[in-house]
Amino acid sequence: MDPIFLLEAAINGILLGGVLALLALGLNLIFGVLDVVWIAYVDLVMLCMYAVYFVVTVWGWPFWVGALAALALGALLGVSVHVLIISPILTSAPINQLLATGGLLFFLQSFATFLWTTDHRSVRLTLPSWEIAGIFLPATRLIPFAISILAVIGLYLFLTRTYIGTAIRAVSQDREAMALMGADPRRVYLVTSAVGGLMAGLAGTLLIFQYAVHPFFGGQFGPLTFMICVLGGLGNMVGAFVASFIMSEVIAVGGVVFSTEMGYVIAFVIFIVMMFVRPGGILAKRS
Amino acid sequence: MLEIQNVTAGYGHFTALWDVSLRVDAGEAVAVVGPNGAGKTTLLRVISGLIPTRSGTFGVEGTSLTGLAAHQIVAHGIAHVPEGRRLFPALTVADNLKMGAFLPAARAHHAESLERVYSLFPVLAERRTQRAGSMSGGEQQMLAIGRALMSRPKLILLDEPSMGLAPVMVLRLFDLIRRVRAEGYTILVVEQNVRQVLKLVDRAYLLEVGRIRMEGRAAELAEQDFVRKAYMGV
Repeated sequence: MDPIFLLEAAINGILLGGVLALLALGLNLIFGVLDVVWIAYVDLVMLCMYAVYFVVTVWGWPFWVGALAALALGALLGVSVHVLIISPILTSAPINQLLATGGLLFFLQSFATFLWTTDHRSVRLTLPSWEIAGIFLPATRLIPFAISILAVIGLYLFLTRTYIGTAIRAVSQDREAMALMGADPRRVYLVTSAVGGLMAGLAGTLLIFQYAVHPFFGGQFGPLTFMICVLGGLGNMVGAFVASFIMSEVIAVGGVVFSTEMGYVIAFVIFIVMMFVRPGGILAKRS
Repeated sequence: MLEIQNVTAGYGHFTALWDVSLRVDAGEAVAVVGPNGAGKTTLLRVISGLIPTRSGTFGVEGTSLTGLAAHQIVAHGIAHVPEGRRLFPALTVADNLKMGAFLPAARAHHAESLERVYSLFPVLAERRTQRAGSMSGGEQQMLAIGRALMSRPKLILLDEPSMGLAPVMVLRLFDLIRRVRAEGYTILVVEQNVRQVLKLVDRAYLLEVGRIRMEGRAAELAEQDFVRKAYMGV
């Protein structure tokens, strides 16, 4: 095989990794703080993709309006999931929270099918492409990657530099102590859920550059996102970031060397093996 | 400053405090001593809003705090240094102190408060980028007190500050608490180390099975045969 194809696949892997990182960090943020896995996370992303589609393609507004609509919808969905579903059962057994967000997943998929049928819908963007030394670099991949990386940096600065961001990290370590600092833990949870939802909105905006949206879009990226979080160590933000790129590389390069399906098969095999070798995640300290 | 009147409180069906009344004046240092399970920690948790009262009232400077949540009570100038310190172990020393200044009113004076805490506890300035969980017990206790000072409180509640510390460290810590006091803070401290704490405070209450048994000047209380025998081992 021409090594140029491998190189191109490797670059595509990095570009895909950026958006995957956004998904994984959003899901991981919620888990790290609330100890709840939003199984329906990528289904929220799906709704945000529909928002972009309707605003831009159906109603004819500029793309940035669609992006803002998706971000607003994402934050609203994040807050709603927390207030309506998680908050009432926050102190019950973890399995109940998992089942509740799992139920939300089926609800959202069915509801989207009911409203919009199973048609694949895409937003047509006319963006340039570049070819450098035989490697094909489309803006539909470069722009989402660049924005993802900026968003990850933004999230990092938010969590480390601001009071509320630091409180988000602190409340996961000791909820009661955070109340003694004058922060209402319920408010911190709400902000966390809004930020997680906002990231879903951004991920939706970026995914629609390359992918068509349909009611079962969550099935395409949901398991992968969850796998990345577990591989990186649930709740470990740096681990999730690294794992995003490992998985996207395996999928992209494996896809070129074998076939697209085999790329995913290899990724899942690596995941299963790593669960035995490093159950606490790739960056976990050996005990 | 702090006034507690006939407070009864507990957990579930268990009543930990019965009809407790207590008062701390501005600038005073007051101790609550008593055996394990007397309700000392419960008392502090009631004051900081972590446990609701069943009956009775309490407040600071004439403002009632009864029924307020913990995050609302801090804003009234009460900082709680809880039992077991309860730091954020994965956060750095500086970030723990930053959380102490979470309230908007405290945020505005962050730099000034930080300087004050670092001058009281220079070791915290040296360790500012270290994770709180990796420090020694004594340093962690200093950080817990420093974090409480960051909220610019009037009253500090100290729950068993000497717990788990080596004897040398206990003496140093009591010296440091004396310095905190000299800065003008009002202190309510709960301690098992009765001998040391009675040297630190002006007045003390003796709490037994949820009831106040005795109250008096620290020096008088130390003289009482009963207290000496029961709690000071002499």
